[in-house]
Amino acid sequence: MPSLKDLKNRIASVKSTRKITKAMQMVAAAKLRRAQDAAEAARPYTERFNAVMAGLSQAAEGSPAAPKLLAGTGSDQTHLLIVMTAERGLCGGFNANIAKLARQHATRLKGEGKTVKVLTVGKKGRDALRRDLGELFVGHVDMTDVKRVGYADAQGIAKDVLARFDNEEFDVATIFFARFENVVSQHPTAQQIIPAKFEEVADANVSDASNTLYDYEPGEEAILADLLPRGVATQIFAALLENAASEQGARMSAMDNATRNAGEMIDDLTIEFNRSRQAVITNELIEIISGAEAL
Amino acid sequence: MADNLQFDLVSPERRLASVEATEVRIPGADGDLTAMANHAPTITTLRPGIMTVVHSGGSDEYVVVGGFAEITATSVSVLAESALPRSEMTQEVFNKMMEDAHAEMQKAKTIENEPGPVDDAARLIADMVAIGTHIGLDPKQSNFG
Repeated sequence: MPSLKDLKNRIASVKSTRKITKAMQMVAAAKLRRAQDAAEAARPYTERFNAVMAGLSQAAEGSPAAPKLLAGTGSDQTHLLIVMTAERGLCGGFNANIAKLARQHATRLKGEGKTVKVLTVGKKGRDALRRDLGELFVGHVDMTDVKRVGYADAQGIAKDVLARFDNEEFDVATIFFARFENVVSQHPTAQQIIPAKFEEVADANVSDASNTLYDYEPGEEAILADLLPRGVATQIFAALLENAASEQGARMSAMDNATRNAGEMIDDLTIEFNRSRQAVITNELIEIISGAEAL
Repeated sequence: MADNLQFDLVSPERRLASVEATEVRIPGADGDLTAMANHAPTITTLRPGIMTVVHSGGSDEYVVVGGFAEITATSVSVLAESALPRSEMTQEVFNKMMEDAHAEMQKAKTIENEPGPVDDAARLIADMVAIGTHIGLDPKQSNFG
């Protein structure tokens, strides 16, 4: 049985923990709103871009002159997994879920006899995967200094990836990130970016537009060759933004839970504290009374 | 009165403009073009340059670098890799862009040293200098350098 003093200390310590988690939750909420705004602002660009690319790539598909970024290298022997996670922890299962998905993917590919390479973006993913996939790491992108994800960051990663592709280091590239649903749910997602796949957007307006016959200036293929590398950057950028929002969402709900748990713990400890104080008082009374009776 | 067309300028980071315009002057990769209502549907890539939008309230200018424009009979959507309203294009920003262009050139020369990338970088610098001259900013380099 802990002494009264011990209990008092524990209550004080849980109280200060609660203060910290509460503060972290509020910071995450503010950051989440910013991240969501950024993701919102990027959406028109990504949507238009994908719609145009979908139209273009449909036309180019099957043609023997189709760029490698679209048609692939003709083999799928070597896979590059780009695992995007956060730089910080304390955000629930966010990092672990992405790492788990990537690990499953890697195991499956290895089972099929493929070569797997891993590029990590964000420290937490690297730490989580080092034990199982450490020997497959080909690079790491540090995002510690990035306060706000900008398009330039995505371009940097895309450049790195494209350079590796040009050197024929891999055939297929897949990005792993968490798609933001809402504050309580973020879905770890795998998305193939090389060879490029553009989903036809279901929106009626957009698909109408992609059916229009366009003039292309310069030629169709020149545009495709110019835009495909940008497409890689765009998809990475969209994934980074989703990830940023997901991270803050996950942190917010994790810290909300932590705050609530700390509150429950304080209630329990307070009851225990009051009980034992009562017990001490009762004991003292018994001692006094029995002492008086003995006289 | 001439018909209007819907003009959208978006960069990956934000939507810069969405207005009804009467004409849009676009720096296309193969040369400048002006889009007005009922233009033939066209997709063109952009070179770094200045885009001018004429609308009922006057005209706006934007500095765009990279990306493409999608022109239809009723709308122009420009997806620029980076875009700035001209008013935000200060000497400081411009210097930074020139620096990047030169760094690109340096890299193309030293690492790849093939005609393709070097030409591309040279074209980028030339386009940037042209923008600077047009706006009245100092590109800080001679043409003979």
